Amino acid sequence: MSTEVVLSVRDLTVSFPTRRGPAEVVNGISYDLHRGETLAIVGESGSGKSVSVMALLGLLPDSARVGGNVRFAGDDLLAASEEALRRVRGNDIAMVFQDPMTSLNPVLTVGRQVTEGLELHLGMDGRAARARAVELLDLVGIPLAERRLDEYPHQLSGGMRQRVMIAMALACDPVVLVADEATTALDVTIQAQIVDLVGRLQDDLGMAVIWITHDLGVVAGIADRVLVMYGGQVVEEADVDALYDTPDHPYTRGLLASLPVIGAGARERLTAIPGLPPDPVELPAGCAFWPRCTVRADPRCATERPPLRQIALGHRVATWDHESAATREVAT
Amino acid sequence: MTGDALVEVEDLRVWFPVHGGGVLRRREGDVKAVDGVSFEVRRGETLGLVGESGCGKSTTGLALLRLIEPTGGTVRFDGDDVTRLDRKGLRTLRRRMAMVFQDPYASLNPRLSVGGIISEPLQIHGLHDGKAARRQRVGDLLELVGLRAEYRDRYPHELSGGQRQRVGIARALAAEPDFVVCDEPIAALDVSVQAQVMNLLADLQGELGLTYLFIAHDLSAVQHLSDRIAVMYLGRIVEVAERDELATDPEHPYTRALLSAIPVPNPAEERRRTRIILEGDLPSPVDPPSGCNFRTRCPQVFEPCPSVDPALQPVGAGTGHVAACHLHGVVGTHVEQPKAAITP
Repeated sequence: MSTEVVLSVRDLTVSFPTRRGPAEVVNGISYDLHRGETLAIVGESGSGKSVSVMALLGLLPDSARVGGNVRFAGDDLLAASEEALRRVRGNDIAMVFQDPMTSLNPVLTVGRQVTEGLELHLGMDGRAARARAVELLDLVGIPLAERRLDEYPHQLSGGMRQRVMIAMALACDPVVLVADEATTALDVTIQAQIVDLVGRLQDDLGMAVIWITHDLGVVAGIADRVLVMYGGQVVEEADVDALYDTPDHPYTRGLLASLPVIGAGARERLTAIPGLPPDPVELPAGCAFWPRCTVRADPRCATERPPLRQIALGHRVATWDHESAATREVAT
Repeated sequence: MTGDALVEVEDLRVWFPVHGGGVLRRREGDVKAVDGVSFEVRRGETLGLVGESGCGKSTTGLALLRLIEPTGGTVRFDGDDVTRLDRKGLRTLRRRMAMVFQDPYASLNPRLSVGGIISEPLQIHGLHDGKAARRQRVGDLLELVGLRAEYRDRYPHELSGGQRQRVGIARALAAEPDFVVCDEPIAALDVSVQAQVMNLLADLQGELGLTYLFIAHDLSAVQHLSDRIAVMYLGRIVEVAERDELATDPEHPYTRALLSAIPVPNPAEERRRTRIILEGDLPSPVDPPSGCNFRTRCPQVFEPCPSVDPALQPVGAGTGHVAACHLHGVVGTHVEQPKAAITP
């Protein structure tokens, strides 16, 4: 990992018009992605984690209203033309989606789908592209790559299809790989294969990875740094060890406490977070987590949104509970 | 609390025929979704049934209630053979056995109100007759699962996933069953809501003395809720153990791989541990491997594996811990050695 910033996001906002008023799905998030690092964005459905990344690649429907500033290789992606964005997508920033069945085209062979990007972005001719496609399928651990190229997506298992998606994403040596719930639809033993594969590829190819997931187990194994999102905001940002060792935001702490962990011993009751995630059309006036929060340390919690504030090097938290970190340290 | 067997399953098989594409649609084979499964669920306990997609765990659950007809084997519920019951017998039985389904969106009728959904089993079984009595019972059930009684007038689309799952649970409990099959009841829910539903299931069991078969792919959740756990792979049970023993002393190589594949929310531990990465994919249940059906992915495969189908046999220190693996001594049924391809 280096300190070179490859992608810089500032005050990103996304809202969608609905009949009930605007749905404010992303409400001002900022982060830097460094070369070669793995940044995990964690959140539940509706937290804005996927939309925030789709927005910076211009992949949202026209109805979406996107604001803020996203710098990649000196350009502002939010102001870029569709043509410029198309050069970036697939070439410099590649994406792997959750469902490998719906993100592959069922009527094209695997080979055609992998070579398309090579021909489009790198200007390879058919033969060179096919040779490179075989190399790529080899790289992601698909046996008998040459033969697989002539097969259709339905002939492959879920794990194999996700490997094909990763091969396509790697086709143009991207600087950034975005994996959006890339292992959620897979079984755990297959998930372990894919997580292992992405880790090895990252070491070999030096790309940065944005890993979007709801699974705090996966995050613990792969991430260097973690953003926790809730109600369209980053509520906590920390190095992976700090996040699990000294989680600070009540939501992060609640989420970690609610996970069952395998092991022997007495069965303890899980500490569930009461209530439901907020409706993006009717976000609470203050902290988005306030209606479910058991701490509510400050009167401002109900009325004013807490800004992200640094509590330790590289550890930022959006809370009004400023005493919390220090007090808890003494308590434990 | 737990004691004698409430449900006894013996050599259960559920095969689905596969037909060819021709005019005659000749039968070409069977998908052996469940292929010789035996286990018991003891009164008052939670038996966890865990496995990956396609292993036959949900089909097993459906076959217990005869929501899918078994191809062979027997299922005994409180002494009665479920597989031989006629329609009337089944109806009586289904009062005592209920099911909670995975998808709280697809399993609730969108055109019925919550009250209508929950009172359906009451109507079918003729319980709490009279409008006022039934309304009262629906309200009680809603409160039992942590929803306000006013929810009876709402419709499924007005509820969140977690609330819908609570309605599904209330419906399952309406006729006061003894045994509930919970098929992936938390898989479709948000992380912060999963714990709420798991706690609810545990509370209800304590309050009502229920017996559960808890089916899930998520071993952490299964381990949390279960007293004993059965692990399935490709239509077979490969290991059964008490919950603690399964976590600390797994004896089947598949169980070990499954445990090692589960990411734990602890970065230091994730860095420390070595993961067993299984090669390849699940074989086709139409044409499972000979002998032990895990042998094509097993890191410890040896000589008898292709030719002897391993039987479940006692292993480990705990009582009732069984595994189907030749590493614990070759016990099983000899099968025809796979022949080398003969060239015509």
